Amino acid sequence: MINLQLLNQASAFIWQEADMLDHGEFESWLALWTQDATYIIPIDPLETDFENTLNYAYDDHHMRQLRVTRLTSGESISTTPRARTVRTLSRFRLLADDGKTVTVRCAQNLRECRKDVLKHYTADITFELLRDGDSFKIQRKLIHLINSTDTLAGIGYIL
Amino acid sequence: MNNLIQAVNLESCPSERVLPDRVHTSLYTDAQVFDQELEKIFYKTWIWVGHVSEIPDAGSYKTTYVGKQPVIVVRDRKQAIHVLLNRCRHRAATVCEHKKGKTNSFVCPYHGWSYALDGSLRGVPHPESYADMLDKGEHPLVSLRVEQYAGMIFATFNDAIEPLEDFLGAAKKWMDLFMKQGGGYPIKVAGEHRFRFPGNWKIQLENTTDAYHFPLVHKSFLSSVDKQTEEMLNFVGGSGYVEDLGNGHSVMVMIPDLIDLEANLELPIPARFEELAGQLREEGHDEKAVRRIVRAVGGSGFNLNLFPNIACSMAFFRVLQPIAVDETEIHHAVITMDGGPAVANRYRLRLHEHFQGPMGFGTPDDSEAWERVQKGASAGTDLWVMLNRGLAGEQASNDGLVSDVSAETGMRAGYQQWKKMMSAQETQ
Repeated sequence: MINLQLLNQASAFIWQEADMLDHGEFESWLALWTQDATYIIPIDPLETDFENTLNYAYDDHHMRQLRVTRLTSGESISTTPRARTVRTLSRFRLLADDGKTVTVRCAQNLRECRKDVLKHYTADITFELLRDGDSFKIQRKLIHLINSTDTLAGIGYIL
Repeated sequence: MNNLIQAVNLESCPSERVLPDRVHTSLYTDAQVFDQELEKIFYKTWIWVGHVSEIPDAGSYKTTYVGKQPVIVVRDRKQAIHVLLNRCRHRAATVCEHKKGKTNSFVCPYHGWSYALDGSLRGVPHPESYADMLDKGEHPLVSLRVEQYAGMIFATFNDAIEPLEDFLGAAKKWMDLFMKQGGGYPIKVAGEHRFRFPGNWKIQLENTTDAYHFPLVHKSFLSSVDKQTEEMLNFVGGSGYVEDLGNGHSVMVMIPDLIDLEANLELPIPARFEELAGQLREEGHDEKAVRRIVRAVGGSGFNLNLFPNIACSMAFFRVLQPIAVDETEIHHAVITMDGGPAVANRYRLRLHEHFQGPMGFGTPDDSEAWERVQKGASAGTDLWVMLNRGLAGEQASNDGLVSDVSAETGMRAGYQQWKKMMSAQETQ
């Protein structure tokens, strides 16, 4: 029996995170995370020891803050002008729930437009969501790009 | 007849398109020049294909390209390294599609011809149809000439070329210095960021010894690091230098104090490394080992550019691969200490992720600048790209020519080698 209430709660939270990123609400986005949370974009789809391997991103709270600063400071030619993005998330599935942390996997299709070029990134995203009152905090966001082992172009925003 | 006329034109071009202080814009945009570069440079000289740590065991292999030709770099049972064209001798299918791995043999998936690790043809299914018409000895995977220095493996199609060590020449001592960032351990390639940008390969070649762009293009990166690191990276106008090392190779020394990572171990440990030093001491490393690791962990204070496709760039290998006249693939391979402390290697991995790759704080801005060079080069097609920075103060050195840290000396070195190779006649 699927826990539809929990699935809806988690989906709504994840959609909210996506909407914040597409609309550049970075301060609200930073507040969604626990202090020791990690944001990870691995290269090797089979890797599980992210801390001891090379990733595209392995961000702690400090790095997430720096990433936001870089996107908004105007100091970087690859993020100014900022890319416009629209991401669609679907196929939510509850993978685990230990009463404290809920693990959800979903599909993300993201379209990016910057300087007249449209790009497309597809990823599996696994969220570890820590229960926090009647909502959640993100404990880990793990983004598996389906083309992670291929050559990528610069990604001047937050996936 | 058309071909004949084009060939004559091209032969006269290279010497006219490269002057001592500038190169012609068409070097970035002319598709014929690109085709000639493959023939006269990438299929004629030593091309870097890997580091020994990428194929550690018998049967370990990686696939890559020499120019535009797919190759397999493989270690055989006797530890000899082979670079083999990735093409079955029967009907041309590739025999390996994995980026890396370990195997006993290469078997063509089309009709099952199988090859040993040294490329020799071992087996052909149902050989009876050939009767005695197929001599297996005549159909090995085509093998390139392979030599290595300081763990770096190079291959060439050119059997007549000088030995690798002669080609590297004065660059060898810099390669030896670069490997000291193992901090007492062998260095290991532990993955890479791969990306492409819509621009000519020489735009990236130039960038490796371009200190001039750093404070501007990498402003957002400099804003994201601690004050001490920012100070250290404020090297334009400093006491560093660029040196032409001959044969198109050059070195840009940004941080002279970090040329030799085994020197000055008694100096105070910089504040940004204190936490790491403490962790290493807790793990039981003696003070000398701690200082050696900490001094090496951020990489060397120089970029060594080896013509035409590889650079030893501070803390990583930069590999470039030409795709088309206006498309280039870049790999930034991360270097770790093989068998070294995990805490130090994590530092190196995070450092690499911070600057490199499609989501790094440095690479995307470089890539944007290079893309703009390619786009801008379509304007003013009769104009020149200026490379005369630092020419005024350029002097002879023991190994070649030297000028200030933001001089375009390294680029001039690369283009002089380009001109020499592109002007060479096919008669030798």
